Amino acid sequence: MSDASGMARETITLAGIEIELHEGGSGPPLLFLHGASGFTSDPPYVRLLAQRRRVIAPSHPGFGASGLPLWLDTIDDIAHLYLELMDRRGLARVDVVGTSLGGWLAAEIATKVPERIGKLVLVGPVGVKLGPPDKLDIPDVFAMAQDKVMRLIYHDVDKGKVDFSKMTDAQLTVFARNRETTALLTWEPWMHNPKLRHRLHRIASPTLFIRGASDGLVSADYVDGYARLIPNARVTTIAEAGHAPQVEQPEEFARALFAFLDGGAQAGGTR
Amino acid sequence: MRAWHFSETAYPYLPPSEEYESIRVSLPNRIYDPRKGAALYDRYIDEWQIAEEEGVEIMLNEHHQTATCVDPAAPLLLAALARVTKKARLLILGNPIANRRQPVRVAEEMAMVDMLSHGRLEAGFVRGVPYEISAGNSNPVRMNERFAEALDLIVKVWTSHDGPFSHEGRFFHHRQINIWPRPYQQPHPPVWVSTTTPAGAQRVGAKGFVQATFLTGYDGTRRVYDSYRQGWREAGRGEDVPIDRLAYAALVYVGDNEADARVGAEKILWYIRANKVPPHFAFPPGYAPPAAFAKIMRGDVGDQHRNFSAQATVEGTINAGLMMAGTPDQVYAQIRKMYDHVGGFGHLLIMGQAGHLEHDETVRSIRNFARHVYPRLKAEMPDATVSGFASAAAAE
Repeated sequence: MSDASGMARETITLAGIEIELHEGGSGPPLLFLHGASGFTSDPPYVRLLAQRRRVIAPSHPGFGASGLPLWLDTIDDIAHLYLELMDRRGLARVDVVGTSLGGWLAAEIATKVPERIGKLVLVGPVGVKLGPPDKLDIPDVFAMAQDKVMRLIYHDVDKGKVDFSKMTDAQLTVFARNRETTALLTWEPWMHNPKLRHRLHRIASPTLFIRGASDGLVSADYVDGYARLIPNARVTTIAEAGHAPQVEQPEEFARALFAFLDGGAQAGGTR
Repeated sequence: MRAWHFSETAYPYLPPSEEYESIRVSLPNRIYDPRKGAALYDRYIDEWQIAEEEGVEIMLNEHHQTATCVDPAAPLLLAALARVTKKARLLILGNPIANRRQPVRVAEEMAMVDMLSHGRLEAGFVRGVPYEISAGNSNPVRMNERFAEALDLIVKVWTSHDGPFSHEGRFFHHRQINIWPRPYQQPHPPVWVSTTTPAGAQRVGAKGFVQATFLTGYDGTRRVYDSYRQGWREAGRGEDVPIDRLAYAALVYVGDNEADARVGAEKILWYIRANKVPPHFAFPPGYAPPAAFAKIMRGDVGDQHRNFSAQATVEGTINAGLMMAGTPDQVYAQIRKMYDHVGGFGHLLIMGQAGHLEHDETVRSIRNFARHVYPRLKAEMPDATVSGFASAAAAE
């Protein structure tokens, strides 16, 4: 059964874990890896992606309706899980888009099976530590007031407003669980895997970093430094957007994304 | 009934609360004057010694990065107390083992204190309050699981004497475990666990450890004790749960007269009123289950957080069962009322100093309690009393 965006939902079992899998749209397959707030098919960007691609978007373990076994506690664990997902879906070679936490996850996957990634898009990704020990690369969002966090995430804070009073108990519980799993996965080391930066040179696919110009979590310097660790990567910036440009500027996001995915083999767009 | 003098060794010399965001985690320590702090340690240790002279036992606890409790390494203070006291039991409540990286090290620290005190240690373990998460850089998710694995391991470390054994658990790993010294008390020091939730208390009851609960009031405490008794019985420990398995912590001030009691009660109310903590430190992700967080997001923060208010009053706090304050007769009556409401408890953990309560006031209350309240409690509430409710037991 599919909804207005053309996405259907099913449950598949990976490594014994029940995973909620959103899938829909038409065109070449696109593995979409969500960030800390989980995946729903409501936002307009999902429809834009599904118009041109068969979007495959798992809810990560501990997010949405997906299970979370006690043994699992790293982004790297999830990367291994999704190698199995790629096998099960027959994705011999696939384009991968990851946002925020999902960008970290996409980068982990691409270091493990570089030959199976067509093109790689990292949207405001975390996952590496580039700066000095006495300065957090990513601000500690768990040690600051929620309104301050919102100002770091959004260009236009009104776009991120969540009215808890209008949410059902089930929706609130998913919201809280997503936040809990984010903490589990990112707490220490904070928002990164120290090993990842030493593996990024393995990534073979053309790679595009997309960053919202007003992103207060992932800085321009951070994204530039991250991109320099990947052989064939470039950075594009979306104006009037924060940490989730796909949410704040869906049209512009889709335009930048498809210009890259449908363009030539080089990250720069032309060979 | 046993009574314990408990002090959080607070540093009360703070600027007006409007000038800082949080009394915990982020309050800059430039506010802490080391000379005043050293004098406070001397004073608080003196008060514990006076409690011992009066026949009252000793309790302390551990918190981090906070003016409310300047005891971030409680085993160190406990070791000092072991040498300056002679007869009092020494209760640490407790070791925050969900936030400690090496359970074996905790077992070693406790064994040393048990030796230094010649077997007077009562070893308590706590999951730790939410504000400890950032201070400890501790992952707030799966704390209960870490706590349970650490506690099981610590008891095994204390009771294994035939050379090294290994532990490869979900959270902790250690290949050659063989601690020196082992504890003075055999098979091991009494174990206490503090819990403020029924689910936690049921697990503690199943193990038979002493269950302590802090400032949970009349109905909250009864729920915790009911769950403890249920866990105890379901684990096959028998029908009768003695009251010495159950402890309750409250703010206590016993005055010479009502006027004196009023002054003391207002001062110890500091503990309730000064706990200014913003939501991001009070409700870290994963500390409570998602369904509980759903309620918090709707504004239902629960009794524990509601009771800790800058607007709290002496009357309201006494009526809620968080404080026992007044003349000796009044305090006795308040303890009796709580005792009867919850089905009995065998340990009263007396938070007998807080905020700006001065040394002479603290000592006066300790003595008034020890001389005019404690004898009645000991006579009327012997340790072997069966806890629970006669009518409920008859119905079963």
